[in-house]
Amino acid sequence: MDLLNALVAFANFVFIPAVAYGSQLALGALGVTLIYGILRFSNFAHGDTMAIGTMVTVLVTWWMQSVGISFGPLPTALLALPFGILGCMALVLVTDRMVYRFYRAQKAKPVILVIVSMGVMFIYNGLTRFIIGPDDQRFSDGERFIISARTFKEMTGLDEGLAFKTTQGITIVTAVIVVALLFWFLNRTRTGKSMRAYSDNEDLALLSGINPERVVMYTWLIVAALATVAGVLYGLDKSFKPFVYFQLLLPIFASAIVGGLGSPIGAIAGGFIIAFSEVTITYAWKKVLGYTLPESLEPDGLVQLLSTDYKFAVSFIILLIVLLFRPTGLFRGKSV
Amino acid sequence: MSAPVKNTLLFALVGLLILLTGVMQSWNSALLILNMGLVSAVMAIGVNLQWGFAGLFNVGVMGFVALGGLGAVLVSMPPVGEAWAAGGLGVLAGLLLGAGTIVAAIIAYRRLPRGRGRALAMAGILVVGFFVYRAVLDPSVEAVEAVNPAATGYLGGLGLPVLLAWPVGGLLAAGAAWLIGKTALGLRSDYLAIATLGIAEIIIAVLKNEDWLARGVKNVVGLPRPVPYEIDLQNDPGFVERAAGLGIDPVTASTLYVKVGYSILFLVVLLVLLWMAQMALKSPWGRMMRAIRDNEVAAEAMGKDVTGRHLQIFILGSAVCGLAGAMMTTLDGQLTPGTYQPLRFTFLVWVMVIVGGSGNNFGAVLGALLIWFLWVQVEPIGLFLIQVVTSGMAEDSALRLHLLDSAAHMRLLTMGVVLLVVLRFSPRGLIPEA
Amino acid sequence: MSGGAYDDRGNRDRSIANPDGVGTLVARPGTKGARQTAEAFLIGDSMTGGYGAGPDILHDCTVAVNRGEIAVIVGPNGAGKSTAMKAIFGMLDLRQGSVRLDGQDITDLSPQDRVVNGMGFVPQTSNIFTSLTVEENLEMGAFIRRDDFSGTMAQIYDLFPILKEKRNQPAGELSGGQRQQVAVGRALMTEPKVLMLDEPTAGVSPIVMDELFDRIIEVARTGIPILMVEQNARQALEIADKGYVLVQGRNAYTGTGKELLEDPEVRRSFLGG
Repeated sequence: MDLLNALVAFANFVFIPAVAYGSQLALGALGVTLIYGILRFSNFAHGDTMAIGTMVTVLVTWWMQSVGISFGPLPTALLALPFGILGCMALVLVTDRMVYRFYRAQKAKPVILVIVSMGVMFIYNGLTRFIIGPDDQRFSDGERFIISARTFKEMTGLDEGLAFKTTQGITIVTAVIVVALLFWFLNRTRTGKSMRAYSDNEDLALLSGINPERVVMYTWLIVAALATVAGVLYGLDKSFKPFVYFQLLLPIFASAIVGGLGSPIGAIAGGFIIAFSEVTITYAWKKVLGYTLPESLEPDGLVQLLSTDYKFAVSFIILLIVLLFRPTGLFRGKSV
Repeated sequence: MSAPVKNTLLFALVGLLILLTGVMQSWNSALLILNMGLVSAVMAIGVNLQWGFAGLFNVGVMGFVALGGLGAVLVSMPPVGEAWAAGGLGVLAGLLLGAGTIVAAIIAYRRLPRGRGRALAMAGILVVGFFVYRAVLDPSVEAVEAVNPAATGYLGGLGLPVLLAWPVGGLLAAGAAWLIGKTALGLRSDYLAIATLGIAEIIIAVLKNEDWLARGVKNVVGLPRPVPYEIDLQNDPGFVERAAGLGIDPVTASTLYVKVGYSILFLVVLLVLLWMAQMALKSPWGRMMRAIRDNEVAAEAMGKDVTGRHLQIFILGSAVCGLAGAMMTTLDGQLTPGTYQPLRFTFLVWVMVIVGGSGNNFGAVLGALLIWFLWVQVEPIGLFLIQVVTSGMAEDSALRLHLLDSAAHMRLLTMGVVLLVVLRFSPRGLIPEA
Repeated sequence: MSGGAYDDRGNRDRSIANPDGVGTLVARPGTKGARQTAEAFLIGDSMTGGYGAGPDILHDCTVAVNRGEIAVIVGPNGAGKSTAMKAIFGMLDLRQGSVRLDGQDITDLSPQDRVVNGMGFVPQTSNIFTSLTVEENLEMGAFIRRDDFSGTMAQIYDLFPILKEKRNQPAGELSGGQRQQVAVGRALMTEPKVLMLDEPTAGVSPIVMDELFDRIIEVARTGIPILMVEQNARQALEIADKGYVLVQGRNAYTGTGKELLEDPEVRRSFLGG
């Protein structure tokens, strides 16, 4: 029984939150990795792209709520999501047209594009704050739990409750669907294959008649969709605050690099590795250990390896370890 | 127009902007802008050393600046004797143990033969070391933080003159830079950018959470000053008399006096650094740096130690950023870890360097002064513009109120636009590298 | 500063900037005036030119291939063999001369447009998509075709049976010789009117080289004229209908493969006796 309780506590406080967070990171890292593979730079504006897509979704959600449109037990934000994606797509395409395309035509070095993306980051960041303000915004509604802790306790008779939030469920399901769609697109469609070919060998792609501007456009569209989905899921699960989205840049980059920059599978693996490490290292294990260990060995402290404020340090240290011992990332990306 | 004339005009323009602020707003605002502008210029020189001279992509400026600030606290604040008695030695011992663990792991990695045994040994050392470190550190930290938490709750500093803190801040930053550079620069794939981004966040996290070190988010306030206090000046009859002689009221006069004092100090530091950076640029060392930057392979083939030189300049640049951080904390008179944000302390400095002209020290200084001026002044200008634009709207129109509310965020937008416009139309900056 | 306004200041940060696969292909079509010479299926006619504003590398150099033939360009290192091929493919600044395909002047077309017009080109290096499977490589070869290309793919699998076997493997995992087959197969997917190979046997073992030459002969037997640059002059001339020996960007000797192999001058200078 104690072991079951320990398992439930583990699932409740570590496993489920980490899976949800990992899915969000993975979606974000996929966007970063696609840009790196095809446009060949690390997009510092990615966190703010997520924020913009989420902001549009939040605004549409509020409007829907105000006119009484709802999605039953599911959050209204899911209905608003397509609008957020469209808004984000429009914005990144305009940005590409007005900013990035010039540097592609100049054959500017990738690092110049990184600096350019810093400028875009400032603008997106300013836009978000200008429109919705820098404060915390909540926009989730509908049922809060798929299984609440109390129901679970009643159902199973265990001491530990297992709460499964609707937002966590939605995050996981959505992430699976989005990733499946992305991989189907990249591996099965002509356009998707041409994107991979372009990322692999630009000259040969040009010789094969692949139009680089089309590849770039599709990349931005996909990245906008991924960023918005990741941002909305994160916002539903926690809350929407522009600065936090900017800060997500570090764990997202860490995920992409740990997995191997340029490798979509790596981005997903990296996202989960970072998420699980962050959650396990900053979780206070007292409860779980209390159930599993004999009373005499029960710990006095919280058994928290690092305080939650050091979660960035966790992503960073994992990044460091992977890069020291396997510089290309786990899935042989391009950061040789 | 020849380059020197153009550059002089550019500097004159920035000077004029600041003078205008003095005339139109107040001389206090003007000096405030000038002082932070000078500090920013020092940061920009640091970043320019790394990016402009050597092409090193450091996006962790914030961390080095914060370390400089920490240096200011550690040097200038009076020591808290009670806290030292409560757990000072324990904290030191804990930190030494932590460092020892890492050193032991590195030695194990170097000495033991490759294989699973080595990995296990390293993991063992690290895990055991971690728990020993926590076991020694945690109780001492608790004891230290329990000492009068509302006022101190930390170990305090050395109680030395604050000016001494400036080089110490630089040294702290240099030490951190050495650690980062040693791990990040030597690898086949150098991932300095992401490493610096991460380390900056970690430094801020440490400052925010390790209360025993610098009180965390409770902030250390009331740092000693290198210049007199306003209140003392106001109580000094001689000063009041002189102020009256100039026709200024004593309160304003005292604030101006203090700010000018800072300006002079900062200007001296800036000029010395600028001179040193210029000499470095023109020296054989500077030429070698640029040669490495422009063709690393060729430089390496000619027997230049590329990684070594990169490490050198990375440490130097970071030290300059740390120095600037100590100067800034001295100017503020307080260390507030909560206010360190990458947009403001890392990316804004980058905008300064790029706009001013990467690779040119004068460009970096100009960019810093100009961008800092904009950063401060965009807010009132934006507010004014929005007031003009929305003046036709109803007084209580929600859109109007929202826009007025949001004017403060115009500065981020403006910085982005300025950076993109300069990159597009004058990619080498206002004062290009010679 | 060395590289213009948008250079990278020597930055090597692989975690933020991806220098892999950055294209180098620059279209430089066009000359100032054409000259008419003999009718061949594909001819680079009296070409003079170099890269950008640099010095001329080719001097009045003519290379041609007739229907159903294999033409080989040989010569010492730095003779401009690959340059001549690039010129025919539109990647060189021609100051004089013209390129004609099937009687049509294509001097002013970009490399991409030349592919659309029926030229198949296999570069010397980076000539496959290493992370794509063999089959996907072939599909990308047929990217410009909007019709059903399964027939062409079946033909290529007939020509290169090993590719059919490894169709679902990433091309980067294949051996050197197999990669070259993928590269040639990729170029054949457009059903080109002429195939151009830039040193197809560079860096492969002698046994693999023989096999590759066999395959190339088989491709030629399907009726596609082949123009090829080769380092291994003797073997190449043995299978060549026509050979061009270039020296310092000029035509030094021209003749059938057999004639050149028997020419004592050529033998002494280029074939090692």
